[in-house]
Amino acid sequence: MSLESAYPVKLNDLYRDVIMDHYRRPRNKGTLEEPSVSIDLNNPVCGDEISLQLLVRDGRIEKARFMGRGCSISQASASMMAQQVEGKTLAEAEEMIARFKQMMRGDEKAGETLGDLIALHGVSKFPVRVKCALLSWEALERSLEQLR
Amino acid sequence: MIDARALRKDFPVLDQLVNGRPLVYLDSAATAQKPRPVIEAVRRFFEEYNANVHRAIHALGERATAEYEEARRKVARFINAPSERTVVFTKNATESINLVAYSWARARLKPGDEILISPIEHHSNLVPWQLAARATGASLRFFPVTEDGRLRLDNLDELFTDRTRLVAVTHVSNVLGTIVPVETIVAAARRVGAVVLVDGAQSVPHMPVDVQALGCDFFAFSGHKMGAPTGIGVLYGREELLEAMDPFLGGGDMISSVRLLTSEWADLPYKFEAGTPPIAEAIGLGAAIDYLTGIGMDRIHAYERQLTSYARERLEQIPGVTIYGPRERGGLLTFNVDDIHPHDLATVLDQHGIAVRAGHHCAQPVMEWLGVPATARASFWLYNTEEDVDRLVEGLWAAKEFFGHVA
Repeated sequence: MSLESAYPVKLNDLYRDVIMDHYRRPRNKGTLEEPSVSIDLNNPVCGDEISLQLLVRDGRIEKARFMGRGCSISQASASMMAQQVEGKTLAEAEEMIARFKQMMRGDEKAGETLGDLIALHGVSKFPVRVKCALLSWEALERSLEQLR
Repeated sequence: MIDARALRKDFPVLDQLVNGRPLVYLDSAATAQKPRPVIEAVRRFFEEYNANVHRAIHALGERATAEYEEARRKVARFINAPSERTVVFTKNATESINLVAYSWARARLKPGDEILISPIEHHSNLVPWQLAARATGASLRFFPVTEDGRLRLDNLDELFTDRTRLVAVTHVSNVLGTIVPVETIVAAARRVGAVVLVDGAQSVPHMPVDVQALGCDFFAFSGHKMGAPTGIGVLYGREELLEAMDPFLGGGDMISSVRLLTSEWADLPYKFEAGTPPIAEAIGLGAAIDYLTGIGMDRIHAYERQLTSYARERLEQIPGVTIYGPRERGGLLTFNVDDIHPHDLATVLDQHGIAVRAGHHCAQPVMEWLGVPATARASFWLYNTEEDVDRLVEGLWAAKEFFGHVA
C-alpha cells in the first residue's frame, strides 16, 4: 500500500514514498578507499550521525559515499544528496546546497531542479525536523570548504 | 488512590486539541505542566506585590520578601530539611550541582582523589564532575551497572576507598527509571568519609523525599519538573558543609560587608544567592509544593507505580516494542519500536496529539550502553490516566502501520 493514501495530509507530506524508499534502500552508502575529503558530523540534540566522503577530480565530484545512522529524514536526505551530487562541479554542488537550504525554509520552487530531493520539501512544515534533513548538507558544505 | 481525571482539570494547558486530537502529554520528565494554583500565585505576585526581596523598605518589598522566604520554608518542610538555612534557591538542578562542583569539589579535591559517579547519570550530573576532575587532577570512577540498568552495589568495599572523596548519583534515572538505593550508598560513603550528592530532579516530583532519612550531604532538584515555573531550583546541603564553602557566584545579596579589596559573606543560605533571585518562580514553587502536599506524595507515588505498570503491560503486548530499564522503576518508560527511529515515532505520535520525548535524553553514555542511538520516552505524572496510555498504544500501532511493520 502506498503511504500517500491513508494518512493525515501533513504526515504524508513529510514521509513521501521516495523518502521511505531511500531510507530503506539507501543509495551511495559506503566508504571510499582514497577520498579527497572526509567529514564526520553528528547532531548533538538527537544523536544522528553522518560521515561523508567525496572523491574530487578536476573540480568535479566523481564519487560521494556516506555512512550514518539516524531517523528516516536524515538518512534519506543523505542518500539523495550523495546520489545527486555525483558528477557535479564544486560550484554546482554549492548551488545545490543553497537551493536545498532555501527549500527547507519553505520555498518549494527552489527545489525544482533538485530531482528526487523535492520530496523533502514537506520537511519545512516540521520545523523540529529541518535539522535532520540538513545534517548531510552541512557535511557537504564543510567538505567543500576543506577542498577550497 | 488519586483521581487523575479530576486532577487534570487543574492543568489548563491539558485542555486543548493538538493536531485535531485531545492532547496526551507524556513528557513530564522533561518538564511538567503547571496547575492553576501555581499560575495564580505567579500572577498574584506580579499583579499585587512585585518588588525586590531583602532590600526594599516598603510594603510591597516586605510582602515579596515574606512570600519568598515562606516558599523556602515550604521547601524545607517538603524535603524534611533540618532548617531553612540549608535550602539554597538556584536556577535549576544543574546549577545546584555546579554550585557543589565549584564551591565544594574544586576547592577541596586533589590529584589522586576519586569522584565516584554512576554511568546512568543525566549529563548535568556527569559533565560538572568531568570539569571538576580536569581542574583538580582528581579522577572519575563509575559504579558498575547490571544488565537491566541498576547500580551494582555488591562490591562496595572495592568501589569505596580512602581516595573516594565525593559520590554523585541520581535518585531516579531520567532514562531507565532506575530507583537508586541512596541510603546504601550513603552508608558506604560514611565508612570512607566521602561526601554524597544526590540528583533528585526525577524523584522529588514523584515520591516522598526526606533528605535527613536519605542521609546525603547535598540534594539537588528543579522546580519546573514538579509544577513550578522554570528558572527555580533547589540545593539542600548539610549546614556544616555549606558553612565551610566559599560562595559560588559573587554579587549583591550574598554579602554582609563589602570593601574594595575584601568582603564578608552573608549568612546561609544567602551566601549562595547572589543577585536578585527568581522571586515569582520561588513563590510559584511554594504554591506547587502546597498543591502536591494537598494530594499527598505517597499517593502520587502509588498512583504512578500503578499507571506505569499498566503502561508496561500494554506496551509489552505490542510486537517489536523493546522497553529498557528495570521492572521496579519511576514513572516513565523508555522504549523503541521495531527499527522505527524515535524521531520518526515521535513525529507520528505528535500527529495523533501525543507528546513524548525522543532522542538521547541528555544521557549519551546511557544510549551507548544500551547500544541504541536514541530512544522514545513516555513519562507520567499525576494527571495522566489509563486512557492516555491507551491513546499511546493506539499511536504506536498507527506508527507501526505507517512504517510498514504490520503484516
